[in-house]
Amino acid sequence: CLENTDPRMRGRGIQLLSQVLLQCYSLLQEKEVLHLVLFYENRLQDHHLVIPSVLQGLQALSMCEVLSPGLAVSVLKAIFQEVHVQSLLQLDRHTVYSIITNFMGSREEELKGLGADFTFGFIQMMDGEKDPRNLLVAFQIVHDLIAKNYVLGPFVEELFEVTSCYFPIDFTPPPNDPHGIQREDLILSLRAVLASTPQFAEFLLPLLIEKMDSDLQSAKLDSLQTLTACCAIYGQKELQEFLPSLWSSLRREVFQTASEKVEAECLAALHALSACLSRSVLSSDTEDLLDSFLSSILQDCRHHLCEPDMKLVWPSAKLLQAAAGASLRAYHRITRTVLPLLLEQYTKHPQSSQRRTILEMFLGFLELQQKWGLVEEDESTLLSLRASVCSVVFSALTDPSVQLQLVGIRALTVLGSLQGFLSLSDLELVVDHLIRLALHEDSQSSEAAMEAAGSLAPIYPKVFSGHMVPRLEAELQSERAEESSHDHCSLQQRCLQALAAVSTHTSIVKETVPVLLQHLRKVQKGSEAGNTQGMVSVCQSLHRVALQCQQDDDGCWYYHQTVVPCLLAMAVQAAMQESAHPLLGKALIEEEVLAAMVPVISAATTHLSPELAAQSVSHVVPLFLDGEVSFLPQNSFPCSFQPFEDGECFDTQRRLIALLMAFVCSLPCNVAIPQQERLLRELLALSCSCNCPFTATTAAKCFAGLVNKHPAGQQLDEILQLAVNRMEPSLVEGPRRMQALTLLLWVTKALVLRYHPLSSHLTDKLLSLLNDVELGPAAADGFSLLMAEPPDVLHKGCHADVRIMFRQRFFTSNVPKLVQGFHGAGPDVKANYLKGLSHVLNHLPKPVLVTELPTLLSLLLEALSCSDRVVQLSTLSCLQPLLLEAPQIMSLHVDTLVTKFLTLTSSPTMAVRIAALRCAHALTSLPAAVLLPYKARVIRALAKPLDDKKRLVRKEAVAARGEW
Amino acid sequence: GPGSGAPLENANPLIYRRSGERPVTAQEEDDELPDSIDDREIFDLIRSINDPEHPLTLEELNVVEQVRVKVNDAESTVAVEFTPTIPHCSMATLIGLSIKVKLLRSLPERFKLDVHITPGTHASEHAVNKQLADKERVAAALENSHLLEVVNQCLSARS
Repeated sequence: CLENTDPRMRGRGIQLLSQVLLQCYSLLQEKEVLHLVLFYENRLQDHHLVIPSVLQGLQALSMCEVLSPGLAVSVLKAIFQEVHVQSLLQLDRHTVYSIITNFMGSREEELKGLGADFTFGFIQMMDGEKDPRNLLVAFQIVHDLIAKNYVLGPFVEELFEVTSCYFPIDFTPPPNDPHGIQREDLILSLRAVLASTPQFAEFLLPLLIEKMDSDLQSAKLDSLQTLTACCAIYGQKELQEFLPSLWSSLRREVFQTASEKVEAECLAALHALSACLSRSVLSSDTEDLLDSFLSSILQDCRHHLCEPDMKLVWPSAKLLQAAAGASLRAYHRITRTVLPLLLEQYTKHPQSSQRRTILEMFLGFLELQQKWGLVEEDESTLLSLRASVCSVVFSALTDPSVQLQLVGIRALTVLGSLQGFLSLSDLELVVDHLIRLALHEDSQSSEAAMEAAGSLAPIYPKVFSGHMVPRLEAELQSERAEESSHDHCSLQQRCLQALAAVSTHTSIVKETVPVLLQHLRKVQKGSEAGNTQGMVSVCQSLHRVALQCQQDDDGCWYYHQTVVPCLLAMAVQAAMQESAHPLLGKALIEEEVLAAMVPVISAATTHLSPELAAQSVSHVVPLFLDGEVSFLPQNSFPCSFQPFEDGECFDTQRRLIALLMAFVCSLPCNVAIPQQERLLRELLALSCSCNCPFTATTAAKCFAGLVNKHPAGQQLDEILQLAVNRMEPSLVEGPRRMQALTLLLWVTKALVLRYHPLSSHLTDKLLSLLNDVELGPAAADGFSLLMAEPPDVLHKGCHADVRIMFRQRFFTSNVPKLVQGFHGAGPDVKANYLKGLSHVLNHLPKPVLVTELPTLLSLLLEALSCSDRVVQLSTLSCLQPLLLEAPQIMSLHVDTLVTKFLTLTSSPTMAVRIAALRCAHALTSLPAAVLLPYKARVIRALAKPLDDKKRLVRKEAVAARGEW
Repeated sequence: GPGSGAPLENANPLIYRRSGERPVTAQEEDDELPDSIDDREIFDLIRSINDPEHPLTLEELNVVEQVRVKVNDAESTVAVEFTPTIPHCSMATLIGLSIKVKLLRSLPERFKLDVHITPGTHASEHAVNKQLADKERVAAALENSHLLEVVNQCLSARS
């Protein structure tokens, strides 16, 4: 067959042999390989129909490890000589590239022995290649040729030509392309070739300059990115000749472009050029090109900074900053001219808006300085200008324009971060300004000033604790009769916020915490009507401080030790006073205030070291179990503290379980809780027997929080069994069914989170309660509790045992039951199932939701007609992402959807109207042809919500109607 | 004009900062209390309209300002003054038309709209105002599919 006279038959014979070789090339002996290679080389001269099969055989042989030395070279020579690659089919060309790739991988030395002939052979071979799949391989080969130092000889320009002719890549993959080659793949692979050697510079740079001027934005971007890539390996020698044209192209683009992308790439390229020139090693007789390059940039940009109409200021400033940011040397060179100029311009322009622009540019340079820190040497322009810089920034801080103030505050923050720039007297002035601005009525300035104080305080703790804290304290204590109480209140609030904001260093925390606690005592004693809000504000500030000192061990322990006993003491005191004289000091133990203290105590506890936490827990637990008050400051109380005792007179004391919960549920996992079993039993009893919903719920949460972290084992099983035994009868009948349900929910949550086996039993219990006329609605809402992350207990932050996939797991095991329950339920309780389902779906990650929803779609459509607004709301919020992400499926139901959505836009509930309008808006992502029949009707119907009484509804209506 | 490749009339305008989203107040979240349509609400409707020439909004170019928006919810009237960036801006009519269309689409029908150029800021102020006030001309302009496309582009959300 191999000798058959019909070339087709010969081809089939060789094809068979080649196929066999592709399967078994690794088993061949050296001699066999030699023989086969000689045969195949010879066959390359055969009829063109035979060649594809011959190449396949050679490809198999090129993978043989036992190929004798010299054979690779001889195969390549034969291919170069006999095969005209570009007249082959795509697949066969690919085979040739594979042979070369294989040899380059295994026979590098031999191939290099061919010298520049190999390079030349390859250039001829790939010349004219059109297929993107082959180009990817060919570009890789060229890249390797260069990277592995093959001899290019006199063929550098040819190699450049044969690859650069594809630049810039203009390729759009055909639709449904099975090969998955993206334009970006080709761009990156060609860029890797072009930017792989300085030898291409003289050819490449003119090409890039030309393409930067292209009308195609993609060509511009590609050129700029390639230039940036080249700068990483070029030196000043390669760039020298082209610098003027490169600069003028970049300048032109930045000055003219409307595209942020082009601008960003131009600036990146300029940065790279400046960095490249900064980095180049100079011989003694060469000129430093960086200096002349920067000079030309300065020359072209500086006058724009001074034009009275300020037209090109921003592009100029950005160019200067891009060049300056490349190296310290470039920075000094640019700022020497620019900074004095900007200061001068600031004084020349009296208008706030112009001053803001100038100061923003100045700020850009300051931020660059931050990169290197303040280097104390003669070169630093900034240091030499200190006085005028300070006066400009301070003048901005006193300007009536809030926008200018904001830039001034940012500039101040940067100046402050440059160690040694501001003198002590400057700093005192800075603090004065920050206090004034922080207490300013404008919320933007006030927030910015507080943030600035927070970031500067750790650098200058003495200045801030010595000046800012006493001033704020005095302000807080001052009673101003002349002001209205509202103004006074908001001033006090800002003082409290500022005290918290500046507490970013332990030494300052030690000053501010006593001030805050003192203020809390004062508000508690006061008789004003607003003192609940006043106390909540103090707690919010205390919480912020707690978060800020969590990372510092010393600060964290100081805070815990100071704040926790103090809050507990005040609360115990207030609870006892309340029992004795119901009208005094009541506010502190109002639920709202206790709820505000919970995050304070929690944040003060989560980051404690286990040893210190153990020390603290040994005081707090006995306080609640045994009334052991000795560790509290001011511990002489009129009666005993017994929150777990029966009796009406202890009702108020029991509310303080919230504080116990905040502490004990936030402890790190490995901290042992003394008398844990007793504590759990007490909490369980309280949660089932207490009539006050706040206390009962808190006890249930505390119980759940502890159970979630309790190590598995007999003890846990016993306490859980006890809980189930108490709950189940109470759920069936009696006066405390609601309390039992609350406990069931929290315990279920605790166990669902840790994948405890009992959780499925409890969940089933909960599912069965959906059928209960009395408890059903509450049980349905409970599903939201199970899925959501509560703010105070049972979340990762307080070290709870939370498995990451618990929501998906809950979904998979319980949604079928919910659906089944829905179909079997009576009409009066059907809504409970829908509500439960809605809650589960609402908390599921959107990607999971979108894959699961189509199966539930019919149920959801039914839920839209449900009159319960929670169901409506969550159904709408489920459907909205689905409309965006699965338009095909949704298109089938367009008629129902349009009708239901439009009906719901006149719901009495604002939130439902908003959600319905968002869905109506999302409908526009369905295919246009599907929507067309409804267009007029929807636009007409949406005119009505345009006149809704609520602004938020109108906003959605405008968006939806505009889109339709 | 847009897309024709001709040089921009005002290539480098001074750019103003965008005001942030209107903060939502407690009153707005209260289901019961009505919120009247106020100047800021109208301004929010038009401030993010794109300029036909620049990749910038009318607010960023200071073409529209909140102080130049007057609304009377009870009497159902809205008056908007806009300020072209330069006195010879050939886009003034198109900008006015975009504002007008946006308001037509976004406001209840009961409103009477008056969109005109800030007095003394444009060479052909009178002619432009007259066109914008002429209902039939506005309607005819919007029948022109090319013009409608340009207007829609100005009204489209920014990417």
